[in-house]
Amino acid sequence: MTTKKHYWNEYQKEIADDKYFYERSCIRQTFFPGSETAFLRILKEELGKDILDVENQHTCTGIGFYSDIVPLETTMTIVARLFSLMTEAGYENYVPSCVTSFGVFSEIVDLWEHQPDMLEKARKILFETTGRTFELPKNIAHPSDIIYKFREELKEKMRYRLVNRFTGRPLKVVEHIGCHYAKIFPDKGVGKAEFPHVLAGMIESWGGEVVDYPERRHCCGFGFRQYVVRANRGYSVANSKKKFESMQPYEPDFIVTNCPGCTMFMDKWQYTIAEMEHKTYDKKGYGIPVLTYEEMAGLLLGYDPWELGLQLHQVQSERLLDKLGIHYDPNEKYKSVSGRILPNPEKPQYLRV
Amino acid sequence: MKEREKPVHGDDNPKPREVKRRLKSTKRISRRKRLEFEEVELPLQVAIIGGGVAGMEAASVLTEHRCPVILFEARPELGVNVKNKYKIFPDFSDAGRLVETMTKAMDHPLITVNKDTEIVEIIREPDAYTLLDNKGVPHTVPAVLLASGYEPFDAKRKEELGFGIYEGVINSLQLEDMLREHKVLNSLGEDPRRIVFLQCVGSRDEKVGNHYCSKICCITAVKQAIEVKRQLPDTEVYVFYMDLRLWGQGYEELYREAQEQYSVRFVRGRISEAASTFDGRVQIKSEDTLLGQPLKMVTDLLVLMIGMEASPGTQKLGKTCGLEGPYGFVRSKSPHLEDNLSDKPGFFLAGTCKRPMHIAEAVNDGRAAALEIIKYLRK
Repeated sequence: MTTKKHYWNEYQKEIADDKYFYERSCIRQTFFPGSETAFLRILKEELGKDILDVENQHTCTGIGFYSDIVPLETTMTIVARLFSLMTEAGYENYVPSCVTSFGVFSEIVDLWEHQPDMLEKARKILFETTGRTFELPKNIAHPSDIIYKFREELKEKMRYRLVNRFTGRPLKVVEHIGCHYAKIFPDKGVGKAEFPHVLAGMIESWGGEVVDYPERRHCCGFGFRQYVVRANRGYSVANSKKKFESMQPYEPDFIVTNCPGCTMFMDKWQYTIAEMEHKTYDKKGYGIPVLTYEEMAGLLLGYDPWELGLQLHQVQSERLLDKLGIHYDPNEKYKSVSGRILPNPEKPQYLRV
Repeated sequence: MKEREKPVHGDDNPKPREVKRRLKSTKRISRRKRLEFEEVELPLQVAIIGGGVAGMEAASVLTEHRCPVILFEARPELGVNVKNKYKIFPDFSDAGRLVETMTKAMDHPLITVNKDTEIVEIIREPDAYTLLDNKGVPHTVPAVLLASGYEPFDAKRKEELGFGIYEGVINSLQLEDMLREHKVLNSLGEDPRRIVFLQCVGSRDEKVGNHYCSKICCITAVKQAIEVKRQLPDTEVYVFYMDLRLWGQGYEELYREAQEQYSVRFVRGRISEAASTFDGRVQIKSEDTLLGQPLKMVTDLLVLMIGMEASPGTQKLGKTCGLEGPYGFVRSKSPHLEDNLSDKPGFFLAGTCKRPMHIAEAVNDGRAAALEIIKYLRK
């Protein structure tokens, strides 16, 4: 169906200009560490921003908190300690790398605004246990908000566009923003919750076309209680499957995600579904590549795909790189940082690589 | 509302003493039945803010009692909210004709109609009110009737339903236009295979801040469903509702007729989201709460039954005059015996500026307000 108008960009949130305090993500560091490195590189080298990436960080408790395993007081204290690192470093703009962390921080700050006694309690516990104090951040922005804010500046520096070089047409991109980005507080997400514009804005600015498919707003499959509880994992796969089947007729060139869980599950479950049902979601059996927004930006800026860590994804990206016209060296794909050639991973039976 | 103790008047504005004198003169004239309209001396005007059905009916009744009226309508036309409809429940009579009849009655020597004229300020004088319009012209009158009405809910605020984004998602007023033209078509210009109506869009909805029932949507959907089936007998029609409030005379019968004669299917459930499908239709998700099952359905048209909200004029003037009631509507003195009065003498209320009403109710309310005004002026 043709869309009449994109209201997605009508709502804009406040995003700080500079001087960011960066908090890393547990999942992202583990599964696609190239994304965080790329984000820091984009901010420092391309945009000339001041962003601080300190040691001494720890979990935000997000997955445990939203699975009802970690109690509120613990999460409040953890959040308080992370804020104390920011305060100690002299920063005021907090940038949590993960969508779930973004949800945790937004929710705890909102709780403290509404219940100042809880804020006092958190201050007291933190001080008694660590001797630390903290100030609340002036601005909390997700890294994708910052990339979105500076998308036009970045476009100027990009070597590639989201255009299929064989056909000259815009690439068709599925975007998925993740529940904790705007579903908890719609006004904390660019474009709010139903038609979010944070990733769509990047795609449109950089030459691509956003695929609006029926299950666009459906869960990616990384519902914590679906995935964490082993017996429920069938629900997790079923959710992802529902999305893939819904997007398949549009023949998307790739999926771009906001949240580490979405990136992981929409990527890895394609392998699982292929093994379970011998089914893949592109015509040639390769699956639909899933990128983070930093990987998408990094590729267009001309960063090396293997430095970005695309080889760590389940669905491989060479066919997408060919469409974008990006040069890559297949021999460098499994080369370690020290220059050693690592053994090639085993190939799946049904999902082509 | 500003209050003015020592009024300053321009040449065009009568002083309070003059207002009283004219008032007496009008009383005298009104008793003299044989007097022709053109013989009425300097008219003592009642200002009506709002040219909807309530305002127009009030104007008609006031002139029947020889009371001159100055009517202000912010829009270029009178009776727009009713004119936007094709046929009206429960008798499927023509809305356009109704407005035409009422508008014709405004062509009267004792009625001055000012279209495109918004009242921006109301100043309370001793024994009178001065209304300032958007052209900066003051109008001093002994009595004011606020009939500034409602406006249809903007369904874009229910962003999950995709109104204004997907062509297959329309509101109930757009369907009225399609029915009038006999062109109920899907976004591809074809006869729709299925049409889904969704009740309570913008009413009884905490998310948009409207807890109240707009009270006309249930029966409007029943009426529209029947009209669709009359024009397109092969189209499947579903109505999704929370609970059906068919309170008026003939409404329940119409509901039964929709089911028995026209096979309209009623599903108890809200629609949680609408999305586009690959073949240009609309996918909806809901729950059938009677079956206790989630439900996914593809439809050609999703019709959002939009509720009534206080019009911007109602909200603004309600605030200015200190008569602001719940949800931006204006508050009457009391809901039973003084519903056309405000707590300000000489300042009257009629129609949907107070709350949602159907057409006949608004007309009756305008008539009742006019009688209250006459009673006040004769005192």
